[in-house]
Amino acid sequence: MSEQSLVEVPIEPERYEFFEDPAFALELDRRDFFRIVGGGLVVALFLRGLAAPAQRGGFGNQPDDIGAWLHVGEDGAVTVYTGKVEVGQNARTSLTQAVAEELRTPVERIRLVMGDTQMVPYDGGTFGSGTTPRMAAQLRRVAAATRELLLDLAAEQGKVERAALAVQDGKVVDSGTKKTFGFGELTKGKKLTKTIGQDVKTTPAGEWKVAGTSVPKVEARAIVTGGHRYSSDVKRPGLLFGKVLRPPTFKSTLVSVQTDDAKAMAGVTVVHDRDFVAVAAPTEQAAERALAALRAEWKTPTEPPGDDLFTYLKEHPGGGRGGGGFGGRGGGGPRGSVADGLKDADHKVEATYTVAYIAHVPLEPRAAVAEWADDKLTVWTGTQGPFRVRSDLAQKLGIPEGRVRVIVPDTGSGYGGKHTNEAAVEAARLAKAAGKPVKVVWTREEEFTWAYFRPAGVIEVKAGAKKDGTLLAWEFHNYNSGGSAIQTPYAVPNSRQEFHVTESPLRQGSYRALAATANHFARESHMDDLARALKLDPLAFRLQNLKDERLRAVLEAAAKRFGWGKAADGHGFGIAGGTEKGSYVATCAEVVADVKTGRVKVVRLVTAFECGAVVNPEHLKNQVEGAAVMGLGGALFEAIRFDKGKVLNPRLADYRVPRFADTPLLETVLLDRKDLRSEGAGETPIVTVAPAVGNAIFAATGIRLRSLPMVPNGLKAPAKDG
Amino acid sequence: MATVKELQVNGVRRAVEADPERSLLSVLRDDLDLTGCKYGCGEGRCGACTVLLDGKPVRSCTTRVEAAAGKPIRTVEGLAKGDKLHPLQQAFLDCDAMQCGYCTSGMLMSALALLSQQPDASREDVVRFMNGNICRCGTYQRIVAAVEQAAKAMKGGGQ
Repeated sequence: MSEQSLVEVPIEPERYEFFEDPAFALELDRRDFFRIVGGGLVVALFLRGLAAPAQRGGFGNQPDDIGAWLHVGEDGAVTVYTGKVEVGQNARTSLTQAVAEELRTPVERIRLVMGDTQMVPYDGGTFGSGTTPRMAAQLRRVAAATRELLLDLAAEQGKVERAALAVQDGKVVDSGTKKTFGFGELTKGKKLTKTIGQDVKTTPAGEWKVAGTSVPKVEARAIVTGGHRYSSDVKRPGLLFGKVLRPPTFKSTLVSVQTDDAKAMAGVTVVHDRDFVAVAAPTEQAAERALAALRAEWKTPTEPPGDDLFTYLKEHPGGGRGGGGFGGRGGGGPRGSVADGLKDADHKVEATYTVAYIAHVPLEPRAAVAEWADDKLTVWTGTQGPFRVRSDLAQKLGIPEGRVRVIVPDTGSGYGGKHTNEAAVEAARLAKAAGKPVKVVWTREEEFTWAYFRPAGVIEVKAGAKKDGTLLAWEFHNYNSGGSAIQTPYAVPNSRQEFHVTESPLRQGSYRALAATANHFARESHMDDLARALKLDPLAFRLQNLKDERLRAVLEAAAKRFGWGKAADGHGFGIAGGTEKGSYVATCAEVVADVKTGRVKVVRLVTAFECGAVVNPEHLKNQVEGAAVMGLGGALFEAIRFDKGKVLNPRLADYRVPRFADTPLLETVLLDRKDLRSEGAGETPIVTVAPAVGNAIFAATGIRLRSLPMVPNGLKAPAKDG
Repeated sequence: MATVKELQVNGVRRAVEADPERSLLSVLRDDLDLTGCKYGCGEGRCGACTVLLDGKPVRSCTTRVEAAAGKPIRTVEGLAKGDKLHPLQQAFLDCDAMQCGYCTSGMLMSALALLSQQPDASREDVVRFMNGNICRCGTYQRIVAAVEQAAKAMKGGGQ
């Protein structure tokens, strides 16, 4: 085998001298890599200036700022390595499309290795709708550079004019002689590496042939046949099942625990390390019995009551555990003078909105399988942050990161709810003690109780407008729920928008679109109120105050498809629009509402969505529809009830999520902007569901609902204005 | 009750050695490695663990394995015939009726139960029958379309 290296030092990462003998500083790692994946060609993207943290990706010593790499095996197989994970958002498919496009190679020939910390470059995590705008762009460059390298290799090997060569359908083709070179023929017997920079030319969206089309979900067949293995399905030889003793309330501390009875059970391992008490046993049933045999005494401090949550949030400012991390932008600076604007306004509206804590309820709960071998730890777990979990495992188990491998099988959803490490750490601790692999799968009750929630919040809005509909003043304060999308997209000369960090009685964190849902709910409900006060059509009032053409476009598109106008008796129409994470959304809702019976039924939702150049129209529609359904849950009835450190409804019998019968007719209009960068789409379509529905309920009944969820017990109970 | 020694799964007699009080779900998944059926809630409220027992849909998480002994059990792994997908599986692919896919096997088994009883099920029937199955990703509209497509295909000589 020849051991050519095609890499230059990364001073000029954009340049490559293909056949120059390189000064490749990572020789050892390169050998490791080829040892594991076999020979061939490896192309890595070097990200100059990436603000990379100290963590490192697979193969220990490669630069922190490698974004992605691609391997063409000696058999011609194309394998792409990325730290992103698949949680149902179809990143596996969309990223495969990006590579297929640039490599001019069929989708079926391309395999993605995702979220395996030993094999993939460091990645901060799969959240914030970052996969499409950033990772897909990186993979495009890697694939485009690989294509050019394969052409170089073919020209060299075939002694032909490079200009006559092109990659078509996964082969290099000589347009003159019609001779073809399979990728494997070109990489056979070689160990070539190449780093490239950011400025590789990629195919513009207007010329896409594979991206931009509805390529079917690549792993779908494995799913419908039951063959796909989620973390909770992973099997290892000698596998034990783990269960963790949970405290009676969130902040309870362990006083004492009697573990003798559990330890006496056949095959049971008990771990007791400060407040961590857990068991492992050969069957799940045996683990449950061992857990039940533990006798613990807890000290339970006083924790906040749940019945006055919103007062609590207002009265407990601070940077405690309720604080940053999920807040997003803090609101930006004020403009003009809100007081002056309100003075000049003909109509003023002031109101307070609230949002409850809600749970992600990923259908696959937290799950992990941990296995130790020669003081190396491997953990299979469903997480949105494999490298973060690796770092946590190293720290909590007291071993170097280099000895921890986290593998994330395509996961049973996350919605922002799986950024953390709990099951992984629990399984690793148990496996260490038991000397055997251990699986920990959280029960639904554990998932409801010991995961984290979308933050509850209080939002206060004051606004004023002139008689002719011109917005004059806008003041907006969000307490605790977060700062995402807190800035109004409407043109207003006097504004002040602030996010206030408060204490949170419950553990809280990320959620699909973060606080953008709460902030859009308050803003778009309030805009509706202003329109009613001004006796203006809600759509016309919005358009009048909008300069952002992309937002106008989705509002108009949604209204057009919906047939915006007058609803039938007993029905109400509502509209809401907004922008978050670079994409634009508008939702029109039709509801049937009856004050006498308290019944509210959302019968139709039309969403217009624009996220730049569409990568996969069918999958995008699926995401938009899914966001609409999930959004309906939080809009209408989802809420975590709690009191003094305990969740009161930690079961699906008590926590209602949307079902078939709750699903309205869903229509989606996609605005494909091939002239704009593709943005992420998994989150933003959720943000306008609640306000559109609330506005429709108001239109039908005259009742303005300012608390999410709006109708947990039907229309009558919470029916109050202001 | 005695240890359960055998289960009839997907037309095959499978030897097991299971405490009769264990859940059917756990025995299928952990002992027989049929992991298509999923744990979602343990309270029979999400449908991810749905399998057919004697042709009827049951929540395997709340079904004791002793109740399944001696009766035919059908799981998602038994749907396709070799490489040929069942019309329901094909319809789920055609309609892109999934996102994360964790609910899919339960959806398929519930839909199979419905169409076996009621080949002419209307859209309302599908919604009513499958309301106990949760898809947290929210692909309900696509699942209904897939079941309708499969119903047509099955009448046209499918399985």
